[in-house]
Amino acid sequence: MIRSKLKVLSLGVAIGLTAWSQMAVADTSDKKIALSNNYAGNSWRQAMLNSWEKITSQAVKDGIVSSADAFTTAENQVTEQAAQIQNMILQGYDAIVINAASPDALNGAVEEACSAGIKVISFDGIVTAPCAWRIAIDFKQMGKEQLIYLAKHMPDGGNLLEIRGLAGVFVDDEISAGIHEGVAENPQFKIVGSVHGDWAQDVAQKAVAGILPSLPEITGVVTQGGDGYGAAQAFKAADRPTPLIIMGNRQDELKWWKEQKDANGYKTMSVSIAPGVSTLAFWVAQQILDGADVPKELVVPFLRVDQDDLEEKLAGTEVGSVANVEYSLDDAKKVIAGE
Amino acid sequence: MSTFLPSPRLLRSLLPAFSLTVILIAIFYLQPRAMSYFGLNLLLNLALPIAFATLAQMCVITVNDLDLGIGAFVGFVACVGATWLNEAPLLGAAVLLLCILAYAALGALIHLRNLPSIVVTLGMSFFWLGLALLVLPTPGGKAPDWVRAAMTFKAPGLPATIYASALVAFVVHLALMRSSYGTVLRGVGGNPRSVARAGWSILKAKMTMYALAGFFGVLSGISLIGLTTSADANIALRYTLLSIAGVILGGGEFVGGRISPVGAVLGAMTLTLAGSFLSFLKISPDWQIGAQGAILIIVLALRVVINRTGAK
Repeated sequence: MIRSKLKVLSLGVAIGLTAWSQMAVADTSDKKIALSNNYAGNSWRQAMLNSWEKITSQAVKDGIVSSADAFTTAENQVTEQAAQIQNMILQGYDAIVINAASPDALNGAVEEACSAGIKVISFDGIVTAPCAWRIAIDFKQMGKEQLIYLAKHMPDGGNLLEIRGLAGVFVDDEISAGIHEGVAENPQFKIVGSVHGDWAQDVAQKAVAGILPSLPEITGVVTQGGDGYGAAQAFKAADRPTPLIIMGNRQDELKWWKEQKDANGYKTMSVSIAPGVSTLAFWVAQQILDGADVPKELVVPFLRVDQDDLEEKLAGTEVGSVANVEYSLDDAKKVIAGE
Repeated sequence: MSTFLPSPRLLRSLLPAFSLTVILIAIFYLQPRAMSYFGLNLLLNLALPIAFATLAQMCVITVNDLDLGIGAFVGFVACVGATWLNEAPLLGAAVLLLCILAYAALGALIHLRNLPSIVVTLGMSFFWLGLALLVLPTPGGKAPDWVRAAMTFKAPGLPATIYASALVAFVVHLALMRSSYGTVLRGVGGNPRSVARAGWSILKAKMTMYALAGFFGVLSGISLIGLTTSADANIALRYTLLSIAGVILGGGEFVGGRISPVGAVLGAMTLTLAGSFLSFLKISPDWQIGAQGAILIIVLALRVVINRTGAK
């Protein structure tokens, strides 16, 4: 008797659940999504915020979500961003998209958001809290790719100069690890010098100019993006032959490459992450709110510019900005499906 | 006429509480959801580490010095807390104790060699940051469970942060403002020569205050990782300037000896809430630092007005 009652009850619950999940797929038009961004001080971040603004304002107009506000902390500090996330919890957002100042130190605030029923989606600068989604970029592969290109175009190998990013940031460690892995696989290359360019042309130029006099002949420069143009200027100022410098999709870098290509057939490649990855994160958040089953770990491809499509990519990049793609809902669905 | 007005001194000591109330009311108006246990907890829980850092700064300001290394120091403590204190509690505790002693030694060095505190502590800030990077080269680590439990403790009635801040403010108030040795300590900042003539050791007083600063710095770092769950060498660099602003906002002055522990804690809370208030207003981040500065200027201007009426 009791058992059959239980059965009926569980059947009822099951029906209720399916009805509920069907309803959940229906609508996100009343949902609010916030972007918590830790830094806006370079061209990449500016392009990222512009992409977010462009795609989300259209989505709000189309009634896909009710609002998608972007917030940036003023000082790129963990404690400030943690407070910002806590404020978002209070403001009643349904999902928070994060580009984090630290992979671990925001976990307290992220967990608080999760326990308040808010979906947390991190991208680029990801957070490690288990309850959050991560749209990660395979930075290691990005470093390795450079060596694969070099090995193909310079079978004889040679001396490399490595320009690193900002010390102590995990992205810098990952890209550099990928580069060193690539060098280990291609022993004809040797890294003879390494400087920190902080992903900024002026810093990179100063750093390269400082180390150049002590270096033997350089055949290639491996970079992290935002430093290729500065490196080229440093070589020019020192009156040394320009080596093959890997670029990082910045407009000034692509423009310089184009000039060299036209003048003397200069060959290289350029690789970085499209700042529009913020829009991918937005659509993933929308899909999660929509009730879609999204794996916690997603990987986004990086954006590569080659000799052939240089003109096309350069034409589509604004002065002072970064080569970019914005993602659509369909792109997000593909990434979610792992395609 | 003036007898009907409360004394400027009273007005001055009420100013920190007044600014906190104003900002709290503004937040409740903008975001009614904040007017709950949950909301207050979210708004204020990051204020506790700032309050501790502010008290640390206040101890140094008491003896007429300034600590430009407190932010990096808190970051170092956080790194130690998330690594050694978790894996080998005894070692961790010993290192933190050493930190406090190092601060006392710093006080002694500054006094004995007659060095400017700004230079010494600024130098130390690079030392602490370097040590923090050695202990924890990439962000990570894990806060000890007991710290996490203490910081997420749900107290009855009001968020635990409020009780903790009130208790700390009260204890420090008793120690510095009401006890006889506290008066001596403040005197060292105000008029060291006469305190020395009266037979008190300035060296001892400075070392005591610096050790206290180190102690509050340790509390700040530990309570911070209790909230963030893990550490980052750069986690608290902001605290240096925030703590100075907190002391001044709370009624302290750069001229030694004029401090207010209760005001400092209130000042730290006001600063924390000011950030939330501005983000509820949806002010663009480009303007936020400026707006925060504007709030500081308004409060300080009010104080000058009160001082002027007192001088009349």
